[in-house]
Amino acid sequence: MCGIVGLLVKKHEHREKLGEWMTPMFTCMAARGSDSGGMAIFGESLGQRERRFSLFARDRGYDWEDLKASLLRRLDGNSRETARMDTRANHAVLVSSIEPATLRSWLKDTAPSLHVLSVGQVIDLYKDMGDPKEIAVRYRFAGMAGSHCVGHTRMATESDVTPVHAHPFTAGEDFCLVHNGSLSNPYMLRRTLEKRGIVFETDNDTEAACRFIEWRLAQRDTLANALHHAFRHLDGFYTLLMATADQMTLVRDQFACKPAVVAETDDYVAISSEFRSLAHLPDISKAHTFEPEPEEIYSWKVSAPR
Amino acid sequence: MESVGATVKLDLAQTTVREVNHFLQHELGKEPAGAVEILNPAGAHNIAVGLDAPVEVHIRGHAGYYVAGMNKRATVTIHGNAGKGVAENIMSGVVRVKGDASDGIGASGQGGLLVVEGNAASRCGISMKGCDIVVGGNVGHVSGFMAQAGHLVVCGDAGAGLGDSLYEAVIYVRGRTHGLGADAREEPLTDTDRVTLAELLSAAGFDYDPEAFTRIGSARTLYHWNTEHREAYG
Amino acid sequence: MVKTGAHEESFSFNRDVVAYINSAAERGVYDIRGMGAKRSLPTFDDLVFLTASMSRYPLEGYREKCETKTVLGTRSAKKPIKLDTPITIAGMSFGALSAHAKESIGRAATANGTSTTTGDGGMTVEERASSKTLVYQCLPSRYGFNPDDLRKADAIEVVIGQGAKPGGGGMLLGQKVSARVADMRTLPEGIDQRSACRHPDWTGPDDLAIKLHELRELTDWQVPIYVKIGASRVFNDVKLAVKSGADVVVLDGMQGGTAATQQVFIEHAGIPTLPALRQAVEALDEMDMIGTVQLVISGGIRTGSDVAKALAMGADAVALGQGVLIALGCNSACYTDTQGNEVDVTSDYEKLGTAPGYCHHCQSGQCPVGITTQDDELQRRLVVEEGARRLGNYLSVLTLELATLARACGKSKVHNLEREDLVALTVEAAAMAKRPLAGTDWIPGT
Repeated sequence: MCGIVGLLVKKHEHREKLGEWMTPMFTCMAARGSDSGGMAIFGESLGQRERRFSLFARDRGYDWEDLKASLLRRLDGNSRETARMDTRANHAVLVSSIEPATLRSWLKDTAPSLHVLSVGQVIDLYKDMGDPKEIAVRYRFAGMAGSHCVGHTRMATESDVTPVHAHPFTAGEDFCLVHNGSLSNPYMLRRTLEKRGIVFETDNDTEAACRFIEWRLAQRDTLANALHHAFRHLDGFYTLLMATADQMTLVRDQFACKPAVVAETDDYVAISSEFRSLAHLPDISKAHTFEPEPEEIYSWKVSAPR
Repeated sequence: MESVGATVKLDLAQTTVREVNHFLQHELGKEPAGAVEILNPAGAHNIAVGLDAPVEVHIRGHAGYYVAGMNKRATVTIHGNAGKGVAENIMSGVVRVKGDASDGIGASGQGGLLVVEGNAASRCGISMKGCDIVVGGNVGHVSGFMAQAGHLVVCGDAGAGLGDSLYEAVIYVRGRTHGLGADAREEPLTDTDRVTLAELLSAAGFDYDPEAFTRIGSARTLYHWNTEHREAYG
Repeated sequence: MVKTGAHEESFSFNRDVVAYINSAAERGVYDIRGMGAKRSLPTFDDLVFLTASMSRYPLEGYREKCETKTVLGTRSAKKPIKLDTPITIAGMSFGALSAHAKESIGRAATANGTSTTTGDGGMTVEERASSKTLVYQCLPSRYGFNPDDLRKADAIEVVIGQGAKPGGGGMLLGQKVSARVADMRTLPEGIDQRSACRHPDWTGPDDLAIKLHELRELTDWQVPIYVKIGASRVFNDVKLAVKSGADVVVLDGMQGGTAATQQVFIEHAGIPTLPALRQAVEALDEMDMIGTVQLVISGGIRTGSDVAKALAMGADAVALGQGVLIALGCNSACYTDTQGNEVDVTSDYEKLGTAPGYCHHCQSGQCPVGITTQDDELQRRLVVEEGARRLGNYLSVLTLELATLARACGKSKVHNLEREDLVALTVEAAAMAKRPLAGTDWIPGT
């Protein structure tokens, strides 16, 4: 079915090691699912004016130069707008001060084959079909830096294997979710949410969990309250790992049959479906390791930047 | 693989679980070994499964799923934590976890002794069929689920749903229970219980007074389909 | 419209439904019974073969060989299962069945060069001795499961579910939990046994993959591992079984039998064998696993034509349950005693509230012909030699019928039967099997 991984570094000087520590966790969990994989990294904040947009092209040989040129033309004459792109294979991070809704709309017109995987001040999100080991190399996870990250390796159960079906799923800005397990009432959840104007991209049961939380957050719930609602409305077996700009949160359903282990030291909090993917982490033998209790919310906050 | 005196050393950083298990299952009798040391387990799964010899095995580090699964006659000690299903279906012998254990430990065990010095997660002793399990710390929810025979001793607290659908296994809890499962009930300790507890605690190496434990047994109301307890079937 | 002098039965609230509601009102518990779904369902009868004609040439019977040899478990086992026929015996427990029944089955299977399968209660000494090729089930209950028997098995079958009740656990009522059965299952004698419906130490295909490794580590990677599923979300389930590492997928359709479960489960859960088989083959095809992971189909396989059609649709083998019991004498008015005399037991059926040909009371433990009982006296009514002879005959007939149809389609190997040899007689069968309606090019839904 799936492997989930999460890592939060507690000390600022370790942020540059995030990718180096996280990548072996991710590739080890390819054993639990190798249909697709994904990772969300929370890096340096851009401040209020700009946003990061993670863009995905199905076509491995996508011509980003063309998009860059169109973007330059779009900026031309508007000195208050900024935009720059960093590309890796079929993925790009576009940083821009253009208002998100406007930019999304422009992208839809200009480059309709692209998917916007995430939007936020801090989040970059990578996901695709294929072996997670190859995905890690293609997107160069090992060199990435940030305060925390959440990743997933997928063995598809009921819905298709496509890039957008891969996890993490996102909602709004600077929020993502990965899931190990199987919801037993995803269609009913979806119908309820669609009536409330929530838009779904896939028929994946994980997306139902993500959009449910998106809906509660839009109702101004805290994440904790949103999860209390989720415990009442989601049915089935699920371990959910979520991240926002400044925290990482882990929950398990009342049955708690899907595995999850947490290892915490003074330097990091690491989460995985299987302990063996954490075995390489520094001082792991001294870490406090535990398994989450059913329907308890475990949250870790990122320490403020220097 | 290296022999030091009478001890055999197997290093999982240099060799595979397959090679280690093959050695333990087939070669062990041929080499005069006092004990076996398995180094660098790093959370690998299925270490030392299916042993059938009166040998002492020490796993130096954390083990993954099903370590010492279906153990017969061997004494296996995990000097770290153990993953899901440690000593599942244990037939005889002793398996000891120095750290904590994950869920479903001792599942369906038919004999022998499983000791966890730390805490165990949910469904500890699920479906047990005659083994004994002693946990120094707490156990998670639905422990002793459908436990048919044997003893589960919990020196700490027990999570909700303890002993749900209990058959003839007996559970002893020293700390708090967060709710009993269907057909489980508290019962007074008998003299036999006191003797059994003393023996099991001693074998586990824990120094607690048997009187401090509560006995949980089956009310046996679900042994036959009947209408009075239909909500328990729901 | 008034019908004078005539009784008008309600379609929805017919006499059966009236009886059901009365029983529920009287007793306050649900109906439990044995066998499989009795309602009318699309079956292999709704498909027919396009046998030889001007363009296709048949093989001569017996003079021209039609090979039935079957190999299961080639993916990763050092010792795959080699059978003389693709017709195997499905898992049925000692406990559900009498010791005599299990022994008869073992002998007949061995005589026909095929395999038997243990059930939800473990391996008996007699079955291992009488059955040359024995598949050992690993079920959620783990009753009687142990590493010694595991190492005696020729193959392992991890059971996720069965066709009669996908998602339900095993059941054996107190009257069948004899001293021996209770001892094997570590239960008090005489209680109503309820099996778990999930495995105790894994949930989900990701953890199943690790569990299969454990079973392989215990058996030195020698023997094949089958994964058995009840037919519900077949397409995804087959893919997941493959991803978990299964060497063989065993798929049990809705018509599959059980010794005891709730009536509602039998009739209202799972999909028929016909569409299930098609979906399973599509799943294996999509994963490019045809020929690597073998497929065994079960659930209402009755005749050699069922077997032939199952193979044509892409199964590598079939497994029989209810057919085996009927061959042993289930639902016969008589049994044959040790002297060779036929003894009529219609009155024993009547005591159960039924009649020969209608009985499904395996759960009662009062089987009039000694098959699904633990009662010493009743069990003796199934004479092992006679049972083995009859079942052996039935298995031979099935294999002969299979070969007859295969030869008529011009095949020198039964495994060369293919889906294009079949057409459908009904719209439902055409849609479910994705074969054209006979005489047309039409496959509904395409």
